[in-house]
Formats: sequence, C-alpha cells, structure tokens
Amino acid sequence: MAELRLFGRSAAPGVAKGVVAVLDAARRPRREAAGTQAEEASALQLALSQALAEVEALAGRATGEAADMLGFQVAMLSDEELVRPALEGVGAGESAAAAWEAAMEVEIAGYRDARDDHFSARTADLEDIRDRVLGHLEPGGTGPVIPDGSVVVAADLPISRFLAIDWARGGAILLTQGSSTSHVAMLARARGVPMVVGLVGAANAMAGREALVDAATGEVVLDPTEATLAIFAAKADREMTAAAASATFRLRPAVTRDGTRIALNLNASSAHELEGLDPAICDGIGLVRTEILFHGPGALPDENAQYEAYRRIVAWADGRPVTIRTLDAGGDKPIPGVTVDGESNPFLGLRGIRLSLRHPALFQIQLRALARAAAHGDVRIMLPMVTVPAELEAGRKLLGEALASLARDNLPAGHPKLGIMIEVPAAAIAVDHFDADFFSIGSNDLTQYVTAAGRDIGTVADLADPMNPAVLRLIASVARHGRETGREVSLCGDAGGDVRVIGALLRAGLRSLSVAPAYVGAAKQAIAAIDLRDATP
Amino acid sequence: MKDHTATEHATDRTELINAVGLHARPSVKLTQLAKTFACRVEIALSADGPWVDAKSPVKVMRVKAPRGAVLHVRTSGPGAAAAADALIALVRGGFGEETNQPADLRHG
Repeated sequence: MAELRLFGRSAAPGVAKGVVAVLDAARRPRREAAGTQAEEASALQLALSQALAEVEALAGRATGEAADMLGFQVAMLSDEELVRPALEGVGAGESAAAAWEAAMEVEIAGYRDARDDHFSARTADLEDIRDRVLGHLEPGGTGPVIPDGSVVVAADLPISRFLAIDWARGGAILLTQGSSTSHVAMLARARGVPMVVGLVGAANAMAGREALVDAATGEVVLDPTEATLAIFAAKADREMTAAAASATFRLRPAVTRDGTRIALNLNASSAHELEGLDPAICDGIGLVRTEILFHGPGALPDENAQYEAYRRIVAWADGRPVTIRTLDAGGDKPIPGVTVDGESNPFLGLRGIRLSLRHPALFQIQLRALARAAAHGDVRIMLPMVTVPAELEAGRKLLGEALASLARDNLPAGHPKLGIMIEVPAAAIAVDHFDADFFSIGSNDLTQYVTAAGRDIGTVADLADPMNPAVLRLIASVARHGRETGREVSLCGDAGGDVRVIGALLRAGLRSLSVAPAYVGAAKQAIAAIDLRDATP
Repeated sequence: MKDHTATEHATDRTELINAVGLHARPSVKLTQLAKTFACRVEIALSADGPWVDAKSPVKVMRVKAPRGAVLHVRTSGPGAAAAADALIALVRGGFGEETNQPADLRHG
C-alpha cells in the first residue's frame, strides 16, 4: 500500500509511531434480545455502577482541572435522575442499551444546543458518560479497549479516556475535530503526548494501519515506506536527545559559553497552554497571540472576557514581563465578520494593525482590557504589521483614550509600554523613524516579505529562509538601533526556537528570544554551545 | 428580598456573578451544599418556577443558568432558612471561584 500523508494542527509536539486505534468507530448497542424488564433494569443499574466506579478511580488519581471535570462525571453518574428516563424506557419494553442511548441522546441534545459555550462544552462529558455505560452493556463488557502505545484516532477525546491510557508506553492522539486549547490538549502537553487536532481524513479508514506522527508539524504518515520510517527514526532520536536536554537546561538561565546572558521568553496563546509549566523556565512572555480569543463560536469576546484571559497569563508570569500582541487577524488568520474575504493577496492586505485601526470600537475594547490587565503586572502592548510611524501614533492615541475612559469608569489600570512588531521590511529598514518603547522582530513574516516567498507554498518554501543574509542584516540593524537608543529588541518568530538559526541571531546582536514552551530546553542548550567571541558567522 | 414567612419555609434570590454561570463545577458545589440540609431545596430562574431539585446535579445542569441570571432559591422543612442563606451565600461568593466585574460595567 502506498503511503498516505495527512495534515492537521499541532496541539502538543513530539513524534510517535504506532498502530491506529479508532476510538469512536460506529457503536452497535444490542437492541435485540432484551431480557425481561427486571433483567434489563438490573443490567442497566449494574453498568452504571461499574461506570461510576471507573470514573471515581480515575478522579482519585487526577489533579487540577482534570479532577474537577471527572468530579462532575461522578456527580452526574451518582444522581438517580440520570438513569430515570432510561428506566422508564426499559419499563416500556426497550432493552437497557437502547433505552439508555435514547435517554442520553435527549440529555445530550440539551447541552449540544445550549447557547452558552460553557454548557455546550460539556457535551463531550455527557457523551463520555453515555459511551462508558454502553460499553458495560455490550457483550464482553469493558467497552472499547485501546492498547497502550496506540495512535488514538477520534473525533474528540474525553479527559477520562485520556487518563485511562498509559501514555508512558508511547502513542499519540489524532483528532479530526478537537482544539489545541482543550483540556485534553493541555494535559497532552503537560505529559508530553504528541497530539494533532483538526486532522483531515476519514478516521474509520485508518483503523489498524501503521502511522507515523510528527505532532510538532501536524503531519501524519499512514503505511509509511522504509525511507520515511528511516527519516522518522532519526527525528525521534533527535526528539529524545532534545527531551533529555530539556530536562537539564529548562530551569537554568540562558547563557552563552562566553557568559552572555540571553533573555529567553515564551510564546503563548492562552493561560491553558501555560498550565502545568513552571514560570522559572523563562524570563517572561515574549508574545501572547490574542487571535484565539476571537475564534470561539458566537460573538467577539467582550472586555471582561479578554481582561480575564490576559489577567490569568499575567498571574502565571508572576511578575515577569508579558508582551501581548493586539489582534493580528487577516493574512492566514481570518475572523468572520472582521477580516475581509476574497482579498487577492491577503498577506499584503488588511491585516494586523491595519485591520484594528479600521475597527476602532473593537480595538478600544482590547486596549481597555489590556490596560486593566496591566494593573496586575508588567504588561506590554505590541502592535503587529506596523508599516509607517502614523500607525504607531494612532495606536498610542487610542491607548491614551482607553486609559482616560478607564479612569472615568474608576477601573484600575496600568500604563503599559507600547511597542511594535518588526515584520514589514519598511519598518525594519526605517526603524529609527518609529518612536516605540520596544521592538519585537516577527521573523516568520519578515522572512517571507524580504524573500518574497511564502513558507506555506511548498515549491518556494526553501527560499523563505531566516538565514538569508538580507534577513540577518535587517535583524542586525534593528538590534543595533535598539542598543544605541536604549530600546529593547526581541525576536518572537519560529527562528528563535530553531537551533540551527539561534547562533546567527545572537551574532546579529539579539539578546532576547521568544520561543514555544516545548523548545525552551533545546534553545537554552543551543545558546549554551554558542561562543560570541568566535568570529564565525 | 428575604421572605422568611415561617420557620418551615424560605425564599430568596441573587444574581449569578461567577464567570461561567451555573456550570459544571458550580452545579456540583451547589448540589453538594444542598444535600447537607434535610429540608427540600429548590432553585428556579423565575419566581414562578419551574422549580427544580437543588440536590440533583442532573436537574440543576438542565437549567443551564448563564452568568448574570437571577437565581431563585426556595426551601421548606427543617432548617429551611439556614439552607436558603447558605445557598445564597455560595452564589454571592461566586462559588469560591474568580468573578468578573458586574454586568453593567461590561463593554462590547
């Protein structure tokens, strides 16, 4: 069989090889051969008590959010009201499984259709309860068994299923739906389980096939060839080495061999991503992407929802600086109702600060929320895609208005520093024209704009190289300007976490990098191996 | 708002000020507290009902009470007043979770 490549989005990095186990393949509750009503009723009660015992055991071992979610399932399973409608169905002559499934469908529909996200998000818990009880009603009695080390494929994965698998034996999670901000994704990152969400492909057709997973890139290979297996084996080796290095280097400060201290910050999208991480692994948060807040179902986030999200990140950072980027929608990050559809070239269109200045009311809400979060710590506001100084000044004026309106409302607020991303070549070349409090180089966009090559266009992706001397010269010139004028300069693109590029970035004069949490150990290790006294480029 | 018409009955009401409304974790806390009282404890989103048993997490979750809703509490039987007070205190305290600003300060 020819190998097949599938792609999804990374939710937790890592590589894995294993046989695919499909979790939610079509279930067939035995509708036929019902016993007497009394037998069916007692079978249902028995299945419920077995399910309850299992979830109680899982809850006993869980901590934090997972324990809360399992506690909810325990409460529901302990409530006689849950089984009452199903027992009525049994009383009307249905089998235990059919009655349970029908009754739970009604219960679940009430959650699925809820207008409030917090309730609709519980749909997965109710489905999990339903399936666990059904598993005990089926012949054999234990429900779907997932061998350890499997590549688990499902639409979504309930926390209780995640916790029931021994991930120490390897394996990975591939979800056709799912979200990188779900609780399961958070647990997967904390436990080092590779996880991909939004995988495009027919889950049922994957059952039993061998799969290679590179969860950092979201790539999955089914029925791999010998050549692909060899490439993955090498990758897995490197990951193992990097993981071992992480353990050694993560909690140490980032210092080059010649003793130069480098600030190493984290990139993050939400407090969820940071849960379970020790803030001591970093010097601060170098980039908070706020787009994720605007992607939930339903309305755009209000000021309080944003404030709460930012405040949680600031609380996690525990006094360390937190640089939050204002909405960077457009380009490859559309938001319905805000970004413009059908631009002939979205990367050269209405995105980043250009979009925010077109939606001043929306921008004002975000600036107010950011200023309120700044009352709790060292928050810095960063404007993306700035091209001309007038955009920075317009942002500064709106921030001033936000602070004035908060003062009128008697709401506590801080005065955050205001900086800009350097990702448009015009801003990089004429950086001395921008009176920003700090600069942060967005190496992904800067590289693709300087080389006129998109990273997402496979045929030209190798041209989009941050090691291109033109890119490095621009970085060096921005770093020099920062040194000369006393403004902080950092870099927050993927290049900062790329061990092959870090040396060139430090030699270009950068002393502050921001990387994904998973790359902290490897980046610090790479930094420790660099001697800035060497003249080698 | 408080109406202790007799020692055997009590009604009260308060706004759900916690961030997520009467969602999974708050519902579990509410039912656990209600179960510590021998009296009948019911909640509703309106003084006219429908009233649901506050000791049943399945029923409480069916109410799907969002943040900002006004929660009515009705108790009857031994310890009714104490039960109503305890439930109201739990809700007013935001279920011991983080609360947001009151709804009238929201923007957008």
